[in-house]
Amino acid sequence: MNDRLATWLLPLTVFILALTGWEALVVIKGIEPYILPAPSLIAKTIVNDWGVLAASLWVTLKMTFAAILLAIAGGAALAILFSQWKWVERSFFPFAVILQVTPIIAIAPLLLVYLEPNTAVLVCAFIVAFFPILANTALGLASADHNLVDLFDLYRASRWQQLLYLRLPSALPYFLGGIRIGGGLALIGAIVAELAAGASGQATGLAFRIVEAGYRLNIPRMFAALVLISLTGIAIFLFFSALSHVMLGRWHDSARTREQ
Amino acid sequence: MSAPIVSLRDVSKSFASGTLALDRLQLDVGAGEFLTLLGPSGCGKSTALRLIADLLEPTSGAVDWRSGQRPELGFVFQEPTLMPWANVFDNIWLPLRLRRISRANAQKNIEEALSLVGLRDFANAYPRELSGGMKMRVSLARALVLEPAILLLDEPFAALDEITRLKLNDDVLRLQQELRMTVVFVTHSVYESVYLSSRICVFSARPGRVIETINIEAPGQRTTEFRHSQAYADYCRRASAALESTLAKATA
Repeated sequence: MNDRLATWLLPLTVFILALTGWEALVVIKGIEPYILPAPSLIAKTIVNDWGVLAASLWVTLKMTFAAILLAIAGGAALAILFSQWKWVERSFFPFAVILQVTPIIAIAPLLLVYLEPNTAVLVCAFIVAFFPILANTALGLASADHNLVDLFDLYRASRWQQLLYLRLPSALPYFLGGIRIGGGLALIGAIVAELAAGASGQATGLAFRIVEAGYRLNIPRMFAALVLISLTGIAIFLFFSALSHVMLGRWHDSARTREQ
Repeated sequence: MSAPIVSLRDVSKSFASGTLALDRLQLDVGAGEFLTLLGPSGCGKSTALRLIADLLEPTSGAVDWRSGQRPELGFVFQEPTLMPWANVFDNIWLPLRLRRISRANAQKNIEEALSLVGLRDFANAYPRELSGGMKMRVSLARALVLEPAILLLDEPFAALDEITRLKLNDDVLRLQQELRMTVVFVTHSVYESVYLSSRICVFSARPGRVIETINIEAPGQRTTEFRHSQAYADYCRRASAALESTLAKATA
């Protein structure tokens, strides 16, 4: 079996076996759906409840991607400012750290007091996605090869040229790594904020559907919403991994396959 | 030695760590000469090169250029120091790009530089697709693309295998003669220094000073024949003796 095939086939086989085992357990033991629904029932629920679930999925997706875009723009811009002016870094980095280390689940209820629920969800998702992008990009900008920095000095490059032709390309692998982490975290942030906001019955994202289905003991729908959240997370990860591969493919070790 | 193009006058350099790398160094670099700074590791020869390149400020003393200001320089580091995200063409374009010369306008110069180092067919290759020797050639082409008055080479061949190093030695000699450049070459290899140079300055162990100057007078081409000659062996012996004496003093 070649390596490429094994990469897909092995986890897929294990996954199918696990689902089959789960299905068999539910059928053989006669477990009620409100205790543990079978995978086939969860799949059926996704199809049957698609109208409700798709609308909620769309809300969660909109929030997550808006947060990712804001975090990319904000994180990268602030990292560039940090790299250009040390006093900006010294002034603002502690605030970024405070936002990062304070659990988002504790911040969300407070944000819901001051902001519209949708805005609060967006801000929560942004806060958790922002820091890894900022920290990674700042590290990348500071990690340019010192000899290349000397070379740019030798040719009397301006600060702008050094940023554009040296520091930004040097930071690209770090930045893309930050996006990969931040992308997944944005979804988590959005879900956490939706859970907090869902208690007040305002948001209609997938997390709210989970809470709502829980109140109604509609366990299959809870699982169905959970499956959609997981698939969204996987899709975000795969998208940013592919983006990273395309952008770094020809030159960076992380995106190249070792010759055997 | 011809009239100096640059002179280091009583130059001392100490670093923040307290290390005194150079102590009142006197060094003249003659126009058109191939000068080698030879010395043990850590003796300050690379520091001297960086002072000439204006990458470091002397702690005391001065670096005087005959023309009053630093002319166009080419610098080749110990590592190839290429931008991994850019192909060979774009790496060589860099010095011209920083002078705001467009890709199209730079094309002719870049192709000439590629021809000089024998890499015309590799313009689109990325650094990681090249061998160590080829990367060093790209680095050399980048240093030459601005047609510098003086080329500074900081142990560029130390990490290469013997055959590649010999080939690159010949390439550098040919380029120096074709382009009539002044070259300052840093090495700790006695054999390389004798083969390449018109003059060798042997440095003492840290803090670096010139303890002996050896003029290499070898008429005709530097070829394998020169490497096998008695004169070459004699110069190597003399340079080795100077190095040994400085090491003996350092450990005494």
